[in-house]
Amino acid sequence: MAEKIFMKGCEAVAETAVRAGCRFFAGYPITPQNDVPEYFARRMPQVNGVFIQGESEVASANMAYGAAAAGVRSMTSSSSCGISLKSEAISWMAGANLPVVIANFQRGGPGIGTIQPAQQDYNQATKASGNGGFRMLVLSPSTLQEAVDMTWRAFELADKYSKPVMLLMDGFTGTMMEPVVLPEPLGEEQVAAIRASKTWAARGRHGGPQHKVMCGPGLDTRISQAQMNERDAELYESWKQTEVEYEEYMTEDAEIVVTAYGITGRIAKSAVGMLRAEGVKAGLIRPLKVYPFPEQAFEKLDFARLRGIVCAEMSIPAQYAEDVRNVVRGRTGIVTALSSGGEVLDRAQILEAARSLMK
Amino acid sequence: MEKSFITAGFGGQGVMVMGQLLSYTACETTDKYVTYFPSYGAEMRGGTANCYVVISDDPVGAPKVNQADYVVCLNDPSMAKFKDAVIENGTIFVNSSVVTIEPERPDVHLVKVDAGSIAIELGSPKCLNLVMTGAIIGYTEVLPAENVLQTAFKKLGAKRPELNPINEAAFRRGWEIGRAAREERA
Repeated sequence: MAEKIFMKGCEAVAETAVRAGCRFFAGYPITPQNDVPEYFARRMPQVNGVFIQGESEVASANMAYGAAAAGVRSMTSSSSCGISLKSEAISWMAGANLPVVIANFQRGGPGIGTIQPAQQDYNQATKASGNGGFRMLVLSPSTLQEAVDMTWRAFELADKYSKPVMLLMDGFTGTMMEPVVLPEPLGEEQVAAIRASKTWAARGRHGGPQHKVMCGPGLDTRISQAQMNERDAELYESWKQTEVEYEEYMTEDAEIVVTAYGITGRIAKSAVGMLRAEGVKAGLIRPLKVYPFPEQAFEKLDFARLRGIVCAEMSIPAQYAEDVRNVVRGRTGIVTALSSGGEVLDRAQILEAARSLMK
Repeated sequence: MEKSFITAGFGGQGVMVMGQLLSYTACETTDKYVTYFPSYGAEMRGGTANCYVVISDDPVGAPKVNQADYVVCLNDPSMAKFKDAVIENGTIFVNSSVVTIEPERPDVHLVKVDAGSIAIELGSPKCLNLVMTGAIIGYTEVLPAENVLQTAFKKLGAKRPELNPINEAAFRRGWEIGRAAREERA
């Protein structure tokens, strides 16, 4: 087995991106993800990649747009309010079918928010990271090994669908350290081949007839807005079958299901273990992608046996719990375990919520 | 078996390094699972810096706990902040050279380590954290002592090899204190 390396979340994501062939990163500093641009600043020159600290979030997101338009695996990252500033460019990426990986290391909100970890951007990430009603695949890791694996996957998925993909982290998974096994880096030839395979990319005419246009309907007259949106709607619909990803743990005989994603997902999983030790038949549903939402996982539940569902998240008001409620549609009770303002959700809160359902 | 630690002090006392020494040792020399989470924020100079370390035989659930098995306090503000963040029957390690606050927790064990004075006696106040690390290992046996020492040589000795002998002496002095406290408790 490859060597375990003890790494910080931000750095593990950045290193994996480089190994996955990312050769362009533009960003702007904001806590708690400053280690991402710092790492890229050091690392990109070693692989003939480009790191740019833009003059703003808006500029750096648009630079990532430009690099993706030139066929380069491209990335930008920020935290919460910084992602809001990037949202115009993210919407444009979706409109122009550009594969860019965007990482959000969530902090408090709304507004500038506290710099401590949070999961306050669930609705933004899964429903509206910009204007126009587009959707993105949103991957959310619970452990740093998952962060590594998902970063790699994010670049593949972005290229597969030629769409922006979001990595939904938080201040906790960004700043904590944990052992990871990194993937073997792509060779320079593989990186070049991926770029060359993007025949749509603007890489100069080289005598060819094609005039490459990298923008959405409104400026690009080859496709109507309706045509494009219908095509995208079909794509999003297909994701509900092909891209759903979640972990189920001890749900077979569960009377209580705890559900959570990201950092809270691992805390929830350990809470399930503790509840089982108490004799409570608890189980876990943990989305690995929060978009598309794993409806299937909930539809499979035996609602006649269930006493209820605990939704845990670091957001007040609850956001993820609303999606759970929409799927469950009153078939069982739902309680929440929430935290906000930088307090990492304590396992005791989940245990308490679960026990309240056993009464 | 899962053991959680909160180490706290003021910036410059080597609080983060202590946490990292434990973490790197667990990752690089054992099969254990480990997480390290540093506090970050708009910290005031002279205020508290702290980190959370969890070392476990199974995958770690919560990398930050409100109630740890072990709390390490290097200064008074840390004692004030974290004396209630240790579980019943848990242990608080105290840098008794400067900490004056009593935890007033009859339900927890207290290991007093005169780390600041020992460090000065050994020739470098900077090795205070190695004294404390030694005490933690001697008391908890959460990791093999020699592995922790090797990690210290590797991580700290890379830049400052001349400090290796002092760091080793500091670690061993701390270890003796931790070991004695362990025996006393048993």
